[in-house]
Amino acid sequence: MKKYDTPMLDELEKGPWPSFVTEMKKAGKKNEMANDAVGHLEKCFTTKVGYWKHGGIVGVLGYGGGVIGRYTELGEEFPGVKHFHTVRLNQPSGWFYTSKALKEICDIWDKYGSGLTNMHGSTGDLVLLGTTTDALEPLFAEFSSRGWDLGGSGSDMRTPSCCIGPGRCEWTNYDTLDLIYNLTQEFQDELHRPMFSYKFKIKAAGCACDCVASIARADLSIIGTWKGDIQIDQAEVKNYEKNGMDINGEIVSMCPTQCMSYDGTALTIDNSECNRCMHCITRMTKALQPSGERGATLCIGSKAPIVVGSLLSWVIVPFIKLEPPYTELKDLIRKIWDWWDDNAKPRERIGEVIEMKGMRSFLEAIGVEPQPQQIKEPRKDPFMFYTEEDIAKFKANEEEEKKTGKYNF
Amino acid sequence: MADKHCDGYLRFTTRNNVEFMVDSADKVQALVDDCNAHGMMPVGGTGAGVTNIVHTQGWVHCHSAATDASGLVKSMMDELMDYFTTKRLPSKLRLAVACCVNMCGAVHCSDIALVAVHTKVPTIAHDNFKNMCELPTVIASCPTRAISPDPAKKSVKINDAKCMYCGNCFTVCPPISIKDPERDGIAIVVGGKVGSLRSAPKFSKLVIPYISNDPPRWPKVVAAVKHIVEVYASHARKHERVGEWIERIGWERFFKLTDINFTFQSIDDFTFMRDTLRTASTFKW
Ligand code: HEM
Ligand code: HEM
Ligand code: SF4
Ligand code: SF4
Ligand code: SF4
Ligand code: SF4
Repeated sequence: MKKYDTPMLDELEKGPWPSFVTEMKKAGKKNEMANDAVGHLEKCFTTKVGYWKHGGIVGVLGYGGGVIGRYTELGEEFPGVKHFHTVRLNQPSGWFYTSKALKEICDIWDKYGSGLTNMHGSTGDLVLLGTTTDALEPLFAEFSSRGWDLGGSGSDMRTPSCCIGPGRCEWTNYDTLDLIYNLTQEFQDELHRPMFSYKFKIKAAGCACDCVASIARADLSIIGTWKGDIQIDQAEVKNYEKNGMDINGEIVSMCPTQCMSYDGTALTIDNSECNRCMHCITRMTKALQPSGERGATLCIGSKAPIVVGSLLSWVIVPFIKLEPPYTELKDLIRKIWDWWDDNAKPRERIGEVIEMKGMRSFLEAIGVEPQPQQIKEPRKDPFMFYTEEDIAKFKANEEEEKKTGKYNF
Repeated sequence: MADKHCDGYLRFTTRNNVEFMVDSADKVQALVDDCNAHGMMPVGGTGAGVTNIVHTQGWVHCHSAATDASGLVKSMMDELMDYFTTKRLPSKLRLAVACCVNMCGAVHCSDIALVAVHTKVPTIAHDNFKNMCELPTVIASCPTRAISPDPAKKSVKINDAKCMYCGNCFTVCPPISIKDPERDGIAIVVGGKVGSLRSAPKFSKLVIPYISNDPPRWPKVVAAVKHIVEVYASHARKHERVGEWIERIGWERFFKLTDINFTFQSIDDFTFMRDTLRTASTFKW
């Protein structure tokens, strides 16, 4: 094995935070590819430029996604990374593992690849960094025989992911872990066979805390919420105060809807005005608890800035119940994909298509009524469209008003 | 560690920390002690502090990278370690690094994030263009319509005045080249969040447009981030995220408190201009 001098990278072995360089070097001791990856990286640090080429199309039989081709311009100098493809493995919901399972994955990966991993990619997959084209089929066969499968890549449904939800969190409004497992099973075809115009990400958060960043990183963001009142345990409120919490300063005055009050003896909440932001509940966990009907808000369209600026997801369905077998949600997802398919140019995310074609076209296609919960404020310009049906409806309403003598705005 | 303390179970978090779970409070201390004794397993990242930095591939593995992500993360976390192991900040602080403007890691909604940027118009190896690229795709890839056909060269040309170096053309066409060791650098954005607590989720906004790439430890970048964290720590109210604090005091006050030079780059001249310019004479000196 080649021995590389790595004065630049060695600097990153110092300091208290765990060092990725130390770990890469450890892998490099027993693996030629990892060893060359270290040498290659040192070269990038020294010259301040990267050498990876655009990915070619590589994959395994029957699958269009899950492997990303990677080659270096410096294949002669660093033969171990001449091919250095990424393999995405579909993570379990909530990233729960046993050490046995992880060892199994790493043993297979040591055998066929560099041994280097990302735990995990920001979409959610367990990312295996660096293997050759020849190794893809045998490594896939071995992973599948142990029950693992590839995740998404390219223009497909990307591997869905979720917050820990009922695995540990008392605030979840539905079973995020089960929903994501169920959707992953349901949409295997869409996950493995890229047939969309671009990527489509689904993320499920159990409440508005959004620990999985769904509102910023998913084309479809599923965010848990509830319809009942916040239950108050007044004794626990007192306890928080006794332990130093300034109830008025930290809770009441930070409530965004100003729907709370505290007079030193009892906390009151005007629940009809609460927008379920979670601030008070997360600060006084023992005193406050949501109640009543549970479900989620569906939002659409978030993405990173390429090409014309980032988007946060927009509310489309204010409330949906989420219970197995999740038929209503699945039907809706299919309608969303159909409309996207009909209207997108290549490499257009759904949020961009909605911007181009208008929210109305989208909502009509998926059968969702316009509702004030979908907007921050109504439009500011007068340049709206009227269909013949719209006008007919307005006219019919006015006829009706003439009959009843009562306006209906 | 999982075998010894947790019957072999462990999990990873959305921000790439490892979580060991035990089924009784009695087992916690032994686990923490073992992690600390290990030396490379700092325990922290919960509550009002800094947790692990979400980041992208960098020079380790991506063709697009204008910097290395892992190196930046390691350099920052070495400096911010105290905020990882304690809960001394006004609220949680989410850091992120993206090694190019594709921003694979949701940098666009973080309290403080680094985005690596290119700063030069790409060059084109015209001879390879017709063999390796599709003309309509390349033209369509440009968000500012800076690219037009160059029939004489059987290639394309780029209008320098319109190009903002996003690299999207390079992604769809290998003969276009945008990397430049002396000009690629780091920008810093602040004030984003994803949760809806108190205020709606927010994008991060540009405050420092450019710091030169300076591997292996990027000292100026690290110092800038630490400085912003410290100003936030000493000025924000309890529970306020960075973005909420800045919105309360105003961006003009943020620039004053941090003593960061305000530049043209912070004034949006792209898709969000209308929403971001000031339309009232009520600001602070
Ligand atoms: C070959 C170059 C690229 C590499 C190596 C790369 C690598 C990655 C990886 C490993 C992930 C996480 C995947 C997972 O968890 O399953 C990811 C996510 C992502 N990538 Fe890339 N990527 C590349 C190109 C791009 C391009 C060209 C774009 C945009 C045009 C892009 C945008 C994103 C976004 C937005 C995410 C998801 C972020 C999130 O879910 O929060 N990437 N990338
Ligand atoms: C029992 C309650 C909760 C559980 C089990 C939980 C779980 C988690 C976990 C495991 C992570 C990843 C953390 C890391 O790796 O550093 C996370 C991230 C996060 N949590 Fe929580 N969390 C809870 C409460 C909260 C609260 C109270 C808030 C808001 C105040 C919140 C907002 C977030 C946000 C915004 C992220 C980061 C998302 C991102 O930017 O990637 N969570 N949560
Ligand atoms: S998003 Fe809500 S339900 Fe899910 S882990 Fe975070 S706080 Fe809990
Ligand atoms: S959840 Fe938010 S809006 Fe509702 S009472 Fe609590 S702080 Fe106020
Ligand atoms: S942010 Fe850019 S350079 Fe970094 S991994 Fe993503 S596409 Fe590659
Ligand atoms: S770098 Fe971006 S803005 Fe410049 S020409 Fe290429 S696509 Fe257009």
